Amino acid sequence: MDQVRERPVLDVSGLPSVAFGKSNTTWLGNVFYMMIEGTMFALLFASYFYLRTRTDSWPPVQDPPLLTYGVINGIVFLLSLIPARYAQKVAPTGDRGRIRLALAGLAMFAIVNMIVRGFELANLNCRWYDNAYGSIIWSLIGLHTGHLITEFIETVSILGIAFTPKMEGTRLADAAINSDYWYFVVVTAVLMDFIIYGTTRFL
Amino acid sequence: MAISEAIVLPQETSEARLERTWGRPRGFWGWFMNVHHTAIGVRFMVTSFIFFLLGGVLAAMMRFQLSRPENNAIGPDLYNQIFTVHGSTMIFLFAVPMMFQGFGVYVVPLICGTRNIAFPRLNAFSYYIYVVGGLLLWVGLFLKTGADAGWFSYVPLSGPEFTPGKRSDFWAQMITFTEVSALGVAICLATTILRQRAPGMTLNRMPVILWEKLVISFMVIFAMPAVMVVSSMLLMDRTVNTQFFNPANGGDVLLYQHLFWFFGHPEVYIIFLPGATIVSTLVPVFSRRHIFGYTAIITSVVATGFLGFGVWVHHMFATGIPQMSASFFTAATLMIVIPTAVQFYCWIATIWNGRLQLKLPMLWVFGFFFVFLIGGLSGVMLASVPVDWQVHDTFFVVAHFHYVLIGGALFPMFAGLYYWIPKMTGRMMNDLLGKIHFWLFFIGFNLTFFTMHFLGLRGMPRRVYTYPAEMDWGGLNMLASIGAIFMTAGLLVFMVNFFQSKATGKLAGRDPWKAGTLDWAVPSPPPAYNFLELPTVNGREALWDAAPNQPIVTGVRDDIPEVLITNSLDSEPQHKEELPGASIWPFLTSITVSIAFIWSIFSPWGIAYGAIPVVVTLIGWLWPRGHSPSPRQSVLEGKWTR
Repeated sequence: MDQVRERPVLDVSGLPSVAFGKSNTTWLGNVFYMMIEGTMFALLFASYFYLRTRTDSWPPVQDPPLLTYGVINGIVFLLSLIPARYAQKVAPTGDRGRIRLALAGLAMFAIVNMIVRGFELANLNCRWYDNAYGSIIWSLIGLHTGHLITEFIETVSILGIAFTPKMEGTRLADAAINSDYWYFVVVTAVLMDFIIYGTTRFL
Repeated sequence: MAISEAIVLPQETSEARLERTWGRPRGFWGWFMNVHHTAIGVRFMVTSFIFFLLGGVLAAMMRFQLSRPENNAIGPDLYNQIFTVHGSTMIFLFAVPMMFQGFGVYVVPLICGTRNIAFPRLNAFSYYIYVVGGLLLWVGLFLKTGADAGWFSYVPLSGPEFTPGKRSDFWAQMITFTEVSALGVAICLATTILRQRAPGMTLNRMPVILWEKLVISFMVIFAMPAVMVVSSMLLMDRTVNTQFFNPANGGDVLLYQHLFWFFGHPEVYIIFLPGATIVSTLVPVFSRRHIFGYTAIITSVVATGFLGFGVWVHHMFATGIPQMSASFFTAATLMIVIPTAVQFYCWIATIWNGRLQLKLPMLWVFGFFFVFLIGGLSGVMLASVPVDWQVHDTFFVVAHFHYVLIGGALFPMFAGLYYWIPKMTGRMMNDLLGKIHFWLFFIGFNLTFFTMHFLGLRGMPRRVYTYPAEMDWGGLNMLASIGAIFMTAGLLVFMVNFFQSKATGKLAGRDPWKAGTLDWAVPSPPPAYNFLELPTVNGREALWDAAPNQPIVTGVRDDIPEVLITNSLDSEPQHKEELPGASIWPFLTSITVSIAFIWSIFSPWGIAYGAIPVVVTLIGWLWPRGHSPSPRQSVLEGKWTR
């Protein structure tokens, strides 16, 4: 354009190039992702209560799942909120040492969660092929375990990045957003625990 | 003697820098690395159109088989596969990928005034995964493993007892592929609309098309998980012996229908609303005025989005549900007519008070008005339980939903194609051939499907491969089949027109329709960076309402793929963000995910083992590469980080 034009401009060169919190687009994408996954959980919960109406007793023939490991894992999930929140607080500071600490802590909690989950699965007192009750219980816990493993891999991946100089800018925001997803895993775990270990005892 | 000369390097223009930053990767692998929304949008459209033609071939085969009584050209087993794959293709591989993904991915970032869609790699991944899902269904058909339990694959027919083999499994996993694709695109579109609109395009000035795409994205987000859940349950019942739908073991077949239609009815609106979107965009352009009743239209679209989730049981009136439920869902179904009617009246008022230009795209809009109205009216009839019981599973229902879906999606689709193809190819379509296409298709469509109302009322059931001569359905069926010939001829004319005009059509220029939205502010076809100068917006029709010296945005970097992020309500600039560039990883990830999904049809361990390469490719996708050319500034404390 050789012609010099006088045109009013909106200069945005001074705006930041990394955003934390709600204005970050990945944060929004993550919210949509949680809406999708949350809908899946909600539909499985609804299916659970629907199937309840199809039989006289609940569980139909089995004993309810053993409470012990469910309660233990519930507590571990709630405690894991501490490193998750810590990671979210330190991520914007760019302090790689503390970010590593927070993510490593979160990953450790996820490992404990997965181990206890193994004991949970062994003590559900039903198999997925027994009846529809067993199918929905296993589907619920299976869907959640999938989320747990995914979140573990994501946390470990971001932890890996935190050991490199690439932990900058948007990666710091990603480290903070990772905690949002962990909150989702914890909330769904608590709801699922209530259904699997609670409602099977009084419905 | 050394001659020293001052070498003057020409200053690289912003245009050249943008081209270098956003330019499409070249070569064979470059095709798989491209993540720009215009390329992916066109691919969605072309691929879904091919599936549409394939589904059309199946439809023609059905019309051939039914054209006379006691015809033995196609046997019952093949006929079952044909109508199932026809329906599944048209809904899952054509209507949604074309109307929601194709048009949405192509036009939304342009109308927002941004340089690429949000999460461009997720968008590219969504395309590849959709292609694999489509191939899965069709390869199955060619291997005589075509799904054969209807497009909704009801249990117990589709369950392990009545459909042994892999037919229903192929169908169930096709669902997973296509829904993952739609969900991925929904996230991309909703984020783009909420965060990447040009400064000044407040919610109150957002073009109707963006509002509708936003509502549809939310509908996809809440509806598609239902069909993924239910198709996964079906797959598990068939592969690992879960008992969800086995009444002998506490399961329930109606659970399938509830979950399926919780998706299935919103799906109708996920298909129809993009059609309405196109109509709401074209009507003001060809009436040469702003849309009448902007707020009423937006409210209606949002209302449809909510009501669409409250009517699913009307697909189950014949299952013996309690009368109270039937009454409730009848009322809800009748209620959903209101927002649709409001939109209709707003369109009519816009045309009435404008200066109508009956150009080719508008002809298709009028076709839509006529056809969709008839479909809507037969829908009101079907919402009444006694009528529904009488004509349930007859050709009356086939006629109704073809009027709704072809009227609500296909007519607006052709309107949209004639309208946007000049933007995509840079050349105008031939007007005369377009009109011939319209009239052949319009006459053929009504011949085929209006006839089916009478066939249904005379008791001809759906999904029968033939019928005895004494039923006296032969004449009407022959008429319906002749209509199919007209439609086929129309489609051929369209394709001739497309290829001819793509090669030799009149150059379209930037804005052949003198339209008001920002997609017409860029050259046709758009450059790889979309906008040389990022726009600001002063009204609902950005180009019509622009001030004489409407400001442009400066300060967005052109040496990295950076976009401006604005806030959701007021479109105030908030920060800038570097979008991910071209990459092969979304393609590779789609391959590994496909292996895991397809493997799971044959062994439940497929998901477990298949997950390992998925994780590897995902890490490859997300692992950061290289440094940003300059430090980034954080929004917190103005802190610079590297």
